[in-house]
Amino acid sequence: MSVLIIDYGMGNLASVRRAFEECGASVFISNNPLEIKDAERLVLPGVGAFHDAMVLLSEKGWVNAIREAVLNEGIPVLGICLGMQLLANSGVEGGETHGLALVPGRVVRLEPKDVRERVPHVGWNEVHFATTHQLFDGIADGTDFYFVHSYHFIPDEPKYVLATTPYCESFVSVVANEKVFGTQFHPEKSSKVGFKLIQNFLRVK
Amino acid sequence: MLKVRIIPTLLWKGTGLVKGMGFDSWRRVGTVLPAIKVYNLREVDELVILDITATNEGKEPDYETIADWAQECFVPVTIGGGIRNLEQIRRLLKCGADKIAINSAAYERPQLISEASNRFGSQCVVVSIDARKTSTGDYECYSHSGKRPTGMRPAEWAKRCEALGAGELLITSMERDGTMLGYDLELVQQVANEVKIPVIASGGAGSPLHMLQAIQRSASAVAAASMFHFTEQTPAECRDFLLNHGIPVRKVAG
Repeated sequence: MSVLIIDYGMGNLASVRRAFEECGASVFISNNPLEIKDAERLVLPGVGAFHDAMVLLSEKGWVNAIREAVLNEGIPVLGICLGMQLLANSGVEGGETHGLALVPGRVVRLEPKDVRERVPHVGWNEVHFATTHQLFDGIADGTDFYFVHSYHFIPDEPKYVLATTPYCESFVSVVANEKVFGTQFHPEKSSKVGFKLIQNFLRVK
Repeated sequence: MLKVRIIPTLLWKGTGLVKGMGFDSWRRVGTVLPAIKVYNLREVDELVILDITATNEGKEPDYETIADWAQECFVPVTIGGGIRNLEQIRRLLKCGADKIAINSAAYERPQLISEASNRFGSQCVVVSIDARKTSTGDYECYSHSGKRPTGMRPAEWAKRCEALGAGELLITSMERDGTMLGYDLELVQQVANEVKIPVIASGGAGSPLHMLQAIQRSASAVAAASMFHFTEQTPAECRDFLLNHGIPVRKVAG
């Protein structure tokens, strides 16, 4: 299984690469959108701010390349953390910005509902499944995954919600639209359960 | 519910893993990579790795070595030591660091915090604060691995770091460090009360009870080194102890 990790100048690519390799994928990191044609899976990682990331993605020609691969070729995509947020229609971090518009929704800042809730949301927290899905095969409902973020994804319709996490009341921690997936947590940093989720993503048909 | 994190700290000096007492008298306690592998197998919540000589020797972070470590680490890792500019941070994140810790350089140029958080997101910017009690009973921050007093009070400096965009604070008591006598709870509380970002208590942990005390004083995470190096206590035992005392900790599937 050939997995392309999109390198647009932001994000912890080494960890993502190692985790996918550990799960048996053959991984290539690329900063050239033309190489997308060789990929069976796309991974959009990301650490940083929404606005800067979209600017870099468009400058390098990734926006159209990703959209074509997904919409015309049906290539499965996994967005991780900021990469998940970039799948939305828009985000507000660093100024109102258009996203990749692959999962209808918008990205806004987490608002604490309790004085003990600190933002950024950093650490291990539960992922509660909104539905059964092959992405969760072999993973127990309510398992802890590793999060580190200050913004969250609000999908336009409940059908895009695969899982939620109880913080700032509750936020959406996994989204999906057909073969486009996004996890607010870092599967590559979530130890064994993270690998399980990556393996499930690699098996998506 | 968000879980309280138990974080082994690895201090690195030259080629080896060390542990000192009060930021001095460093003992070599092994090499870094095997320690990372063990913690990884044990599925610890997170790791902090600090190069304690980089700043004082004016060295660049050792990118190749750090990349080798990150390759073996499937839990989140924070890298610190000698970080002075954005290019270094970019390279460290590229090497596989999930977060970076800034300490000395932030006193000299506080804008480094805001530049880093604007560019890479505040979630990956940890400000590490080393402090000790002064003769007047107040606390003071020290830079350069505890060698230089800064004249700043930790609570004020913490507040400023938060305003500049720090995502998290690692607060270390210099005189408790390595003693295993317990965290400086007053210091932890002072800083945690002042900010809304997560605070990691560090310096002095000798037992799970110490961890519980720091959590009760609003720490979001507890770091420990000596108790894991020099005693038989493990992060998993700490987790069980805290769970039995009603603290939310991560469930690790077998």
